[in-house]
Amino acid sequence: MSDTAADPRLLRAPPKKGIRLSWADEKLRGIVWQVLVVGVVVSILWWLVSNTSHNLEVRRIATGWGFLSREAGLPIGEHVIDYNPTNTYARALLVGVLNTLKVAVIGILLATVFGTLIGIARLSKNWLLSRIAATYIEVIRDLPLLLQLLFWYAILQGLPAPRQSLNPVTGVFLSNRGLKLPWIQWQDAHSFALLGLVAGIVATIFYARAARAKQMADGQPRKVWPLALGLILGLPLLIWAGLGAPFAGDIPALRGFNFQGGLTITPEYFALLLGLVMYTAAFIAEIVRAGIQSVARGQWEAAEALGLQRGRIMRLIVLPQALRVIIPPMTSQYLNLTKNSSLAVAIGYQDIVSISNTTLNQTGQAIEGIAIIMAVYLSISLSISLFMNWYNARIALVER
Amino acid sequence: MTPMRLATLRTLGAAFLAGAVAAPAMAQQPAPAGGAAATMDAVKSRGTLSCGVNTGLAGFAQPDSQGRWTGFDVDYCRALAVALFNDQSKIRYVPTTAQGRFTALQSGEIDVLPRNTTATLSRDTSLGLDFPAVNFYDGQGFMVKASLGVSSAKELNGATVCVQPGTTTEQNLTDWARANSIQFTPVVIERLEELVSAYVAGRCDAYTTDVSGLAATRSAQPQPAEHVILPEVISKEPLGPAVRHGDQRWSDLVRWTHYLLVGAEEFGITSANVEQAAANDARPEVQRMLGKNGGLGAMLGVDDAWGVRVIKAIGNYGEMFDRHLKPIGIQRGPNAQWTQGGQQYAQPFR
Repeated sequence: MSDTAADPRLLRAPPKKGIRLSWADEKLRGIVWQVLVVGVVVSILWWLVSNTSHNLEVRRIATGWGFLSREAGLPIGEHVIDYNPTNTYARALLVGVLNTLKVAVIGILLATVFGTLIGIARLSKNWLLSRIAATYIEVIRDLPLLLQLLFWYAILQGLPAPRQSLNPVTGVFLSNRGLKLPWIQWQDAHSFALLGLVAGIVATIFYARAARAKQMADGQPRKVWPLALGLILGLPLLIWAGLGAPFAGDIPALRGFNFQGGLTITPEYFALLLGLVMYTAAFIAEIVRAGIQSVARGQWEAAEALGLQRGRIMRLIVLPQALRVIIPPMTSQYLNLTKNSSLAVAIGYQDIVSISNTTLNQTGQAIEGIAIIMAVYLSISLSISLFMNWYNARIALVER
Repeated sequence: MTPMRLATLRTLGAAFLAGAVAAPAMAQQPAPAGGAAATMDAVKSRGTLSCGVNTGLAGFAQPDSQGRWTGFDVDYCRALAVALFNDQSKIRYVPTTAQGRFTALQSGEIDVLPRNTTATLSRDTSLGLDFPAVNFYDGQGFMVKASLGVSSAKELNGATVCVQPGTTTEQNLTDWARANSIQFTPVVIERLEELVSAYVAGRCDAYTTDVSGLAATRSAQPQPAEHVILPEVISKEPLGPAVRHGDQRWSDLVRWTHYLLVGAEEFGITSANVEQAAANDARPEVQRMLGKNGGLGAMLGVDDAWGVRVIKAIGNYGEMFDRHLKPIGIQRGPNAQWTQGGQQYAQPFR
């Protein structure tokens, strides 16, 4: 020990920087609590995992992801990509994911359009129209969705058998096997034409933006539609014609038990889509109504005072402001629709839940199966949320 | 690194340490309801038997108008409850779907699963199950509407077929279709009622499941004659009660209860004459079966009078068959006694 340590004045320490080993010390208390909480959480997780794996082992239940590369052997009625029962479980599950997306994406689009129309109809000055819309909303949203799905499925099963199918237009058949539509025999030229269409739309968007920027600069409006028409319609047609304009119809025809060829919309898919769209549209209608009514009356009056027409008032003044109220609850409805699509199991549409359930039943690997379902829904839901949050931020009131 | 972040890191490190110390102590607890030989004790201490049955299949398991479960498979639940408690009411019936049944058994929600379940290698191994006995030898077939004019399953190319998911039926169908170059469109619905109603409504041309299930469904239709079961049998379906793997005592009781039912028929012992036989029958094996000597019941973990109790309450295998399956048009066929050229064969009571 040196001399300085003996000096009593120096024993009185300078203001403390470190941690004192006392409960009165705030920093120490904080660390103790953090260690405790994190420790408890980690122990619980650790216990859950080890307990589960221990029990699985005791019960001789297989674990791991090896089953994904085994032959599935399960039949799937409708698939967006090629599939047959000799494919692997991984491919079967992918088919399930795509089937879920097929109903969710189209369902969201249709529910938005249909719901918005009903929401506007609900506000109509026409008494009959607004009453019909109100009745629709009240009836549909008060009934459980599962019941509605079973109802639609039962109705579709009541259609005539294939041999007595309804045939409103040549090539279109409606029976209890679904709706059969004529389609074209898809060839490479069609794929290229489709690519041309996408390119045309993108180019049109860029051109419209440039035209708008120029209008901002010199005040001269420029016509966009002639070029847009050329790009969107002309380009794909030109590509198609350039590749020899192949065209062969694929008309459904009754052969054996069923219709062969053409495009099929199965009763399972249609019942699910119909049920989800009708149900969600009722909620969306109310959201749209609330959004429009949230725009102050003064906005309408001020716009009228400027001499704007009613349609332009709706489009330029009211809707942009209403959207700010509409978008956040709309996100929830989109998420609901996606998650409700899992009720497909009840009416035999093979979505990810159905295929995952069958997989876990055949392999006995319930934990893996449920984990797949959770991961799929989480990914889809997070994507929807991210997109909607981005859109919401874009239309939010820009404050200066 | 800022002191702030350092502190956080230190905290995390300490926490992991704490977790690592605490967790093994907690993980040492015995697995609840798992493990070997636990089921018998669990059932006895609980006082009721949890029995997984079909959600509703005529002849095998179906609730009647008063909610009482009856059927061939249900009789196995009853036989076990009588063997253990001498009381048929001490059963909790758990209706299970084709997809949910194995999870229910694995998780311990049910003790035994007599539910038209096919014994297969992968179920025996990777699903962690055991099939102590085969109580019904079956095979998969097809049913179509008579109006369709189909007389053989080979004519089903291009047909739409209704099938239940998560079953061997589903896999057999794809195997058979591949082997015979038959194209089909599946309609896959989990709930049997919905599936059958889809078939009846004409959504499918054919309905496929075990022939016994087809017969049961056909008999439940208002006009059974409108449906035809095609002659082809495309698979072997040994159906039997399933239990969890690794619990031999419980598995033994289920197996020997089945042999008791089959053996009683072989020796001509029925619910009507079982008490008389227990008292007077001089055949040594009957005496052992009915607990007069040999102490076999105690070896199984029940008392020696279990045989008399079970046969008196439930009847023998033949009586069960006649009670539930004969009325819906199912013949004994491979399920006749081995003495009659069938495959039902009780191992010796010795």
